[in-house]
Amino acid sequence: MIKTDILIIGAGPTGLFTVFEAGLLKLKCHLIDALPQAGGQCTELYPKKPIYDIPAYPEILAGDLTMKLLEQCKQFEPGFTLGERAETIEKQEDGSFIVTTNKGTQHQAPVVAIAGGLGSFEPRKPLIHNIADFEDKGVEYMIKDPEFYRDKKVVIAGGGDSALDWSIFLSDIASEVTLIHRRNEFRGHLDSVDKVQELKNLGKINLITPAEVTGIVGDGAVKAVVVSQAKHIEKEFELECDHFIPLFGLSPKLGPIANWGLEIEKNAIKVNNALDYQTNIPGIFAIGDVNIYPGKLKLILCGFHEATLMCQAAYQIMNPGKRYVLKYTTVAGVDGFDGTRKEAPKAVVKAFD
Amino acid sequence: MEQDINITIIDREGISHTIEAPTDMAMNLMEVVRVYELAPEGTIGICGGMAMCASCQCYVLSNTLLPEMQDDEEAMLSEAFFVKDNSRLGCQIQMTPAMEGLEVKLAPAE
Repeated sequence: MIKTDILIIGAGPTGLFTVFEAGLLKLKCHLIDALPQAGGQCTELYPKKPIYDIPAYPEILAGDLTMKLLEQCKQFEPGFTLGERAETIEKQEDGSFIVTTNKGTQHQAPVVAIAGGLGSFEPRKPLIHNIADFEDKGVEYMIKDPEFYRDKKVVIAGGGDSALDWSIFLSDIASEVTLIHRRNEFRGHLDSVDKVQELKNLGKINLITPAEVTGIVGDGAVKAVVVSQAKHIEKEFELECDHFIPLFGLSPKLGPIANWGLEIEKNAIKVNNALDYQTNIPGIFAIGDVNIYPGKLKLILCGFHEATLMCQAAYQIMNPGKRYVLKYTTVAGVDGFDGTRKEAPKAVVKAFD
Repeated sequence: MEQDINITIIDREGISHTIEAPTDMAMNLMEVVRVYELAPEGTIGICGGMAMCASCQCYVLSNTLLPEMQDDEEAMLSEAFFVKDNSRLGCQIQMTPAMEGLEVKLAPAE
């Protein structure tokens, strides 16, 4: 059982900033995210796209924003359960909550903050008739541990950054990497496209375009995929492999959270915006894109504000009646849970001769 | 102020809506669908309009002369599901006077 003060569901920008604000109040956080890395949409959908409305950053790439937020909250030592989706929540007699993921990992905290954005990102599954029969039996929609593919024959399908980047990465690990895409053109970062071209020329990546995987062959495990190629003349052939990894991006679904007894409106969780962004269940808050209230704007900067106010309410739940005064970081400095201290340099007092 | 245009959007339930869309708000078709709440929030325009998801895919039914497809839209549609010859991404269709009479059907949610 993982125990923490604030259990944050969703490791996007709002969730990560919560760690910092909670840390200032000496509250510890643990984050759960269905994606294998922190950053939410920012790292999953558009890491290399610029954002122009983060205060004090005239321009910042979404991926860089995530790095900065991780750096900012580092000294508060957040825990992470990544690649797992929060599935169920149970209220305990002492008022705390136990949240269990789809992999069975249990977390307990007196306060739960749902910073789930548009929901948990689920892989977009290609419409191949028998694909469900092979899930986790050679078909994986996400790569969690590249070592899993050592000395294996791997087929990757897709035409975006993740298909390109993983093909490059696995070309050093797997015994054979084949990349299949419906078009000759790829929608990736230029460096990645060039690198794939280079590895193709070296014979380290087998590129099949324009083509698509239309079937899977095997008995209890993937043995081969059926490839339909449309180059010059249409042909269909079987390609032997141990793993088929379709990387067609992810799409967010509110998912199990919708069944937690929270008031939902327009695919978002209703909260009290006059006070602290608490939901209809005391102790459960919703912040960032996942919540809704009159005048709601789905902006990262609004999520930061909501996270900050929510932490104050969380503090009161954990320290009932305790008087608290807001401290400015410039005045009080920042004391990390890792023993580090950041503080403003002292003014120099020196008399002139 | 420029004139509003009349367009018809058939939602995912098959219900047809003829609506007035403003041409002076730099709005695209995906945003019009959201403003009129013709698809549940969270199921359309997920990437915000960067042609990086296919949640605003629609089938163009009228023979309106549409803006030419750019590389990123074409690439996204090549990875989308339920794609037909008349598929377009709503976020890439700007509401201009030339879109008067446009008729589209929203593609199924993935």
